Amino acid sequence: MTLGLINANPVVQAKKERLARTQDQHRDDDDIRDPEHPYSLEQLSVLSEDSITLDDKLNRILITFTPTIQHCSMATIIGLCLRAKLKECLPLHYKVDIRVSPGSHADEDSVNKQLNDKERVVAALENPNLRQLVDECICSSEM
Amino acid sequence: MDLMEKNLELLEVQKLEGHNDRVWNVAWNPVSSSPSPILASCSGDNTVRIWEQSSLSRSWTCKTVLEETHTRTVRSCSWSPSGKLLASASFDGTTGIWEDLGDEFECISTLEGHENEVKSVSWNASGSYLATCSRDKSVWIWEVLGGNEYDCASVLNGHTQDVKMVQWHPTMDVLFSCSYDNTIKVWWSEDDDGDYQCVQTLDESSNGHSSTVWAISFNATGDKMVTCSDDLTLKIWMADISMMHSGEGYAPWTHLCTLSGYHDRTIFSTHWSSDDIIASGAGDDAIRLFVDSKHDSVNGPSYNLLLKKEKAHEMDINSVQWSPSKENRLLASASDDGMVKIWQLETKS
Repeated sequence: MTLGLINANPVVQAKKERLARTQDQHRDDDDIRDPEHPYSLEQLSVLSEDSITLDDKLNRILITFTPTIQHCSMATIIGLCLRAKLKECLPLHYKVDIRVSPGSHADEDSVNKQLNDKERVVAALENPNLRQLVDECICSSEM
Repeated sequence: MDLMEKNLELLEVQKLEGHNDRVWNVAWNPVSSSPSPILASCSGDNTVRIWEQSSLSRSWTCKTVLEETHTRTVRSCSWSPSGKLLASASFDGTTGIWEDLGDEFECISTLEGHENEVKSVSWNASGSYLATCSRDKSVWIWEVLGGNEYDCASVLNGHTQDVKMVQWHPTMDVLFSCSYDNTIKVWWSEDDDGDYQCVQTLDESSNGHSSTVWAISFNATGDKMVTCSDDLTLKIWMADISMMHSGEGYAPWTHLCTLSGYHDRTIFSTHWSSDDIIASGAGDDAIRLFVDSKHDSVNGPSYNLLLKKEKAHEMDINSVQWSPSKENRLLASASDDGMVKIWQLETKS
């Protein structure tokens, strides 16, 4: 499953459609993975795959991403970029949880905790240097 | 009066609009109540707003906006016990002290020193000390001198991570802090000479939280406190404070009970009312109220859910605070949706 588009609505709908389709079968990661929308971070080989779980009723979305190496120092930056991009794409009231896929990172718990601490995320994105880096990541691509 | 037997509901009195970004915190002025209660709110829009209820129309309006001081999010605000001063803690690393001059507020001092975002500020019961805490892992105690002067009295290190909130005990000069390191620390100056030390740490081994602790609130008498966490629980703690009042040394806090299974998103705020109702505000947009079940049990007190207000806001609730007014049960809430709401707890008609 990849995020691909700049236009918000198709991204959300595309995910919903995919999930609806796969709900009839067993939830299979292979079905959720969609190579149609190449992800810029994927092109940079920083991300290999995402998986997204959407709870439509509760308006909650869980994104799991897999850094390519166990000690990826970019993990929190990637997470911030995902959050920043999703904030642009998703309706404001959606609850977003972001995690590294289990076993994929040496500091998994620490990275997950930082990425899901709303106050830390807000403060980080208020930091001009970090904000600039994130903006460059999310704007420069086909994201 | 057993609250559980009354058919109570939380009615929305008014929605206060004005902030241009999420609202992080609300604080009731401790001295103003009827006829004109005053509420402060602070926001990601870098401002603090002061709201007042008109005695004539009973509606709330924004009396003044404290702006052009903080350059980043204002994360929390706190009134001095006299109600004349308001402290504002900001991600810009400073804490503003504002004086109410009647028709406007003036920033009379700016406390600097923290290395990065200041998360919380609290006045002690007598108004002689202020405490602040920060992502820099430290807790600072400031002495309130005369003539708008504030002096750093102490820098307290001990937490191993971002400190989320500081709260002075309601009757004693004992300071509490809670953190991203999952612990609550208690700071006390035994000889009352201003030399504060960490006298207790409430961590997982003391039946404490297993994730970030976001807030602390005391009951009116100060012998119990409630804490809330990212671990989805509220915990109630108690101490024999009469021991401390009689000078017998430090009375440690012990875990009384844990309220679990009620929340499925981070609980950002909790507040204990003067008539013993505990409110919580969480990331599922709901406000919950809990009361002591008053059933004696071998395991000690237990708390029941009095009511759950779903969709109290359209987004995460960051702060809940009971009004100090004795006349009615008013609750203020602040949310990521940019709103402040005033609620009244009433018997269903």
